[in-house]
Amino acid sequence: MDFYLTALLQGLCFSALALGIYISMKIFNIPDITTDGSYTLGGVVTAILLTHHLPNYIILPAVIAAGGVAGALTGFIHTKLKINALLAGILVMTALYSVNLSLMGRSNLPLINVTSLFNLISISPDPNHNTFCILSIFVIIITLLIGYLLKTDFGIAMRATGNSETMIRSLGVNTDRVKIIGLALANALTAISGYLISQFQGFTDISMGIGIVIVGLGSVIIAETLINWLRITSVWLSLILVLAGAVIFQLVLAVTLDIGVDANLLKLVTAAFVLLIVSLPRLKSFL
Amino acid sequence: MININNIHKVFNPGKANQVNAVNGITLHIKNDEFLVIVGANGSGKTTLLDMVAGSVLPGSGNIIIDGEDVTRLPDYRRSRWVARVFQNPMSGTASDLSIIDNFRLASIRTRKKGLSIGINDTFKNQVKEKISTLGLGLENKIDQPMGTLSGGQRQALTLLMSVMDSCKVLLLDEPTAALDPRSSDIVMRTAEELIRDYRLTSILITHNLKDAYNYGNRIILMGEGQILKDLNAGQKSALKQNDLFDWFG
Repeated sequence: MDFYLTALLQGLCFSALALGIYISMKIFNIPDITTDGSYTLGGVVTAILLTHHLPNYIILPAVIAAGGVAGALTGFIHTKLKINALLAGILVMTALYSVNLSLMGRSNLPLINVTSLFNLISISPDPNHNTFCILSIFVIIITLLIGYLLKTDFGIAMRATGNSETMIRSLGVNTDRVKIIGLALANALTAISGYLISQFQGFTDISMGIGIVIVGLGSVIIAETLINWLRITSVWLSLILVLAGAVIFQLVLAVTLDIGVDANLLKLVTAAFVLLIVSLPRLKSFL
Repeated sequence: MININNIHKVFNPGKANQVNAVNGITLHIKNDEFLVIVGANGSGKTTLLDMVAGSVLPGSGNIIIDGEDVTRLPDYRRSRWVARVFQNPMSGTASDLSIIDNFRLASIRTRKKGLSIGINDTFKNQVKEKISTLGLGLENKIDQPMGTLSGGQRQALTLLMSVMDSCKVLLLDEPTAALDPRSSDIVMRTAEELIRDYRLTSILITHNLKDAYNYGNRIILMGEGQILKDLNAGQKSALKQNDLFDWFG
């Protein structure tokens, strides 16, 4: 049972990443894969500041700023230098690998004897329950903030930018600027997932971000399948489904491991699972 | 209202596919004037309109709108004066957003899109009231995505959106080209009413010579990036529909 609880907690940690991918991929229609780099960057910043015993109220803003800068850089390369978004993301991601490595000075930084987010407040004596409560509150706050943002005039302009660029420009919006802000936001959220996971697993590793974009994509695709299936137009419900997508994704991986699939094959299973969900609408016509 | 002074636009200069889209056009459009532009494909009509809107910047010459030199301003900074209806109904509205979201953006066209929520009951009622004037029965569908509407309905709403915020110049780029005759009629009549009621300075590009004949108080014929004919209100009303057909003969 603990096994599934861990999967649930990981799912909650990854929900910020899923929201980030939702913003870049579904709202802006930009395939942004800066993710692998900005996720690790979030973990790296967390590890360095935690081991220097800085308080959490400094660490979190620093993580958000670091992720934001990485995303803004991708946005800048994409919009101002007119480079394909995929390539812009790959460039920043690649560069971030070196940045992360030189920031840490080594490839792995354990977080022992530090005051992490999860032992900062004690709500329940059981550490897992405590983590669950803290994560839930954290995720609820983030979701409320993003939901509110998407409802504001700026948020509507963001949604319109990915939908009808000619329209929103003629309505007085500098779409380059909105895209840069949007990618900064998406990667700030991704970095928050790195921040959460590092503290959850108790270390930051230089390779923790490899292939992490698929976790976000998978979560968003699960959410999208549900959104289309249930014909949902509400912003709030969509965001909740993205959170659900992140948790479902981790639970499916937990089931895979539970039924005895070799852990080395986990990435293969992940890819196959995402492929299965993406192709679900097409597969139906074969049956 | 709009002064266009000797503007030129060359696409792909110096290459094999060089196009001299606009070759030195000077045009002064007065307040409240409703200018109709006709001309064959490739005559530079749309490039001229794009330069007024700011989505294409001229190679040389200048454009002055309402006394301000806007020649180098990008499209999103000209929205202070200019509203636009596109040929493709998809371009003027955002399909995945609800009608009310589209109208919210239109209602703050000349202002900053900030971090406050602008859609409340008062705003919804105001939009419903506006939409009901179209008589298309769309006032109860404001929470539906724009994409569920037909092309004609979307063009009519785009027109209405252009007067949600202060507007001085309305650009209509073949707004009915993708529509059936009945929808075209609704869209053109809505356009004329709004232009009259809000005293808008307007430019209409059209290939429909009946519309060119029926609407507007000035008409120009373009060819090879230049103005070939320019008829004022008096001359236009003296014009017969067949004369227009002869222009293309």
